Amino acid sequence: MRALTWHGTHDVRVDTVDDPEIINSRDAIIEVTSTAICGSDLHLYDGVIPGVLPGDVLGHEFMGRVVETGSDSTLKKGQRVVVPFTISCGGCFHCQIQQFSACENSNPAEKQDMSAKLYGHSMAALFGYSHMTGGYSGGQAEYVRVPYSDVGPIVVPDHLDDDKVLFLSDILPTGWMAAENAEIQPDDTVAVWGCGPVGLFAIQSAIVMGASKVIAIDHYPNRLALAKQLGAEVIDFRKTNVREALMEMSGGIGVDAVIDAVGMESHGFAVDNLVDVVKQKVGMGADRASALKQAILAVRPGGRVSIPGVYGGMTDKFPLGALMEKGLHIRSGQTHVQRYTKDLLEKIEDGTLDTTFLISHRLPLEDAARGYECFRTEQDSWTKVVLKPGMDTPATN
Amino acid sequence: MTNDKQLGLAGTVAGLGLAIGGLAFGAFLSQRRKGGDDDAPFYTRKSPDSDNAVLGRTVTIRKPRAELYAFWRDFGNLPRFMENVETIRKEGDHRVWLIKAPAGQTVEIKTEVCEDVEGKRIAWRSVEGSDIETRGSVEFADAPGDRGTRVSLVMSYNPPAGNLGRTIAKLFQREPEVQARHDLKRFKGLMETGEIATSAHRKENTRAAKQQEKET
Ligand SMILES: NC(=O)c1ccc[n+]([C@@H]2O[C@H](COP(=O)([O-])OP(=O)(O)OC[C@H]3O[C@@H](n4cnc5c(N)ncnc54)[C@H](O)[C@@H]3O)[C@@H](O)[C@H]2O)c1
Ligand SMILES: [Zn+2]
Ligand SMILES: [Zn+2]
Repeated sequence: MRALTWHGTHDVRVDTVDDPEIINSRDAIIEVTSTAICGSDLHLYDGVIPGVLPGDVLGHEFMGRVVETGSDSTLKKGQRVVVPFTISCGGCFHCQIQQFSACENSNPAEKQDMSAKLYGHSMAALFGYSHMTGGYSGGQAEYVRVPYSDVGPIVVPDHLDDDKVLFLSDILPTGWMAAENAEIQPDDTVAVWGCGPVGLFAIQSAIVMGASKVIAIDHYPNRLALAKQLGAEVIDFRKTNVREALMEMSGGIGVDAVIDAVGMESHGFAVDNLVDVVKQKVGMGADRASALKQAILAVRPGGRVSIPGVYGGMTDKFPLGALMEKGLHIRSGQTHVQRYTKDLLEKIEDGTLDTTFLISHRLPLEDAARGYECFRTEQDSWTKVVLKPGMDTPATN
Repeated sequence: MTNDKQLGLAGTVAGLGLAIGGLAFGAFLSQRRKGGDDDAPFYTRKSPDSDNAVLGRTVTIRKPRAELYAFWRDFGNLPRFMENVETIRKEGDHRVWLIKAPAGQTVEIKTEVCEDVEGKRIAWRSVEGSDIETRGSVEFADAPGDRGTRVSLVMSYNPPAGNLGRTIAKLFQREPEVQARHDLKRFKGLMETGEIATSAHRKENTRAAKQQEKET
């Protein structure tokens, strides 16, 4: 089959690789009809996530048709399913309390040591996201082996086309959980850093949850325009002093909740961010966290900090004092996707949530490498890339 | 060659001296530890109590105690999650563990069950004629609420002294501690999910398949 494979920093290619097959009885094989490139994939593309090996198939946002099932799969051939990017067994303690992204079994035992050393606990497995999180082949491919297929995939009705439901795999639940983690109250002013797909869905979710005002921060005009269209007020961080503006826009109190939808590669010109850029380049594992630092200083005392943005290592000069002295609440994590898919599917069906407004490009899988490059270098206009394995491919096989 | 031998001899003498000193110091420490210690399992202590390598690990498994005990008590089941153990066969009252090593080699350990408390604890130890001296125990205790069972595996082994021991350790390719920890995780996975997690893409790429390949 054809699949997008990683070969090094800024080097991804569509190669021919072996087709996957059923290995365990709960597995299913999915023929991918749509798959997206995520901001998280850019961290792999930029080489700042450890444990990726040449030849690894990337991609964790995907959906398609079931073409093969193991004897214990509950799926049926021909069903259309969206697959959560978090791989969860359904049977362990964490799965049972719906903390699916902390599943204790999906990451094979022999691959757990690296994250256990780094974080004190091993991570659950994710599709297409380094060997630290299992080394499972990803969804930017024609076919994917999906383990625990009786737990993760959600069957979607035929009248909702791919573009509408694809993002149930990751960024829609991620934006939703980010807003939920901000514990939004009706009179709240909420600030969101980053108007990429995750930030945009967090903004939309915060509004649905009843926030009185949402303020979006980025520097790309087109992305800020999308945020505005959703009902947010916007700040361009290149032109405006963000903290001062947020104080003014929240009546001098400070915003009630902040959401960091930027993550470890945040843009910033403060000296410490530049030092972190260098450290990250030489593999010293320093995450650039300028957006998060700014958010912690901007939130009001007793306020909430929600961090959907991905971090992998350590960071310097973290405003720990502000966190303690202001009595902040922090919540974060890879999304517990399986917890949200059913409810969010209903919200897509009844029109509460719009999931297609952010798609800027639809490309055949063969063009995936270009998709990565443009999604990275032309972020303003390339807001979200959806890859279609079936599109434009010659009928010769 | 001669040089190596001389070095080896000198090393042995020095080692012996260290060992005796170590023993005395160890006795002193364990004297101090007696009685007045904290509640943590002994194998989590910063300085080990025994001259043997000891490892211990606990996992919580969401299954009833009786079920886990029964699975483990049937030693023939263990190779399903113990990656290096090829077979465990019965030989009278004993079990013979056939342990894989690279290049088709194997190590044999003959064990007897020295403690068996229904639903709670199983302990075994190696007997005369084993390549490695070892003891092991597994304990099953109810976890709070509906969390299932806490399973603790404790093993100690005394590899044949010096170089031979190291060779055998190398034969295993990884430290027994790492191996045991992974095996226990696989036991948990097998019990909770009915399968051993693998990120392989195809059957021939699973670890089990690869190990078979290495042997032939
Ligand atoms: N928690 C999860 O489960 C989960 C899931 C998906 C994605 N993520 C993470 O969420 C983050 C965002 O994902 P995305 O797909 O939207 O990525 P993206 O790269 O498309 O968007 C990031 C946006 O942040 C903006 N930005 C950069 N620095 C900024 C700063 N200092 N202040 C304000 N804005 C700034 C960029 O201009 C860009 O628009 C990434 O870190 C991604 O890995 C997390
Ligand atoms: Zn993603
Ligand atoms: Zn689980």
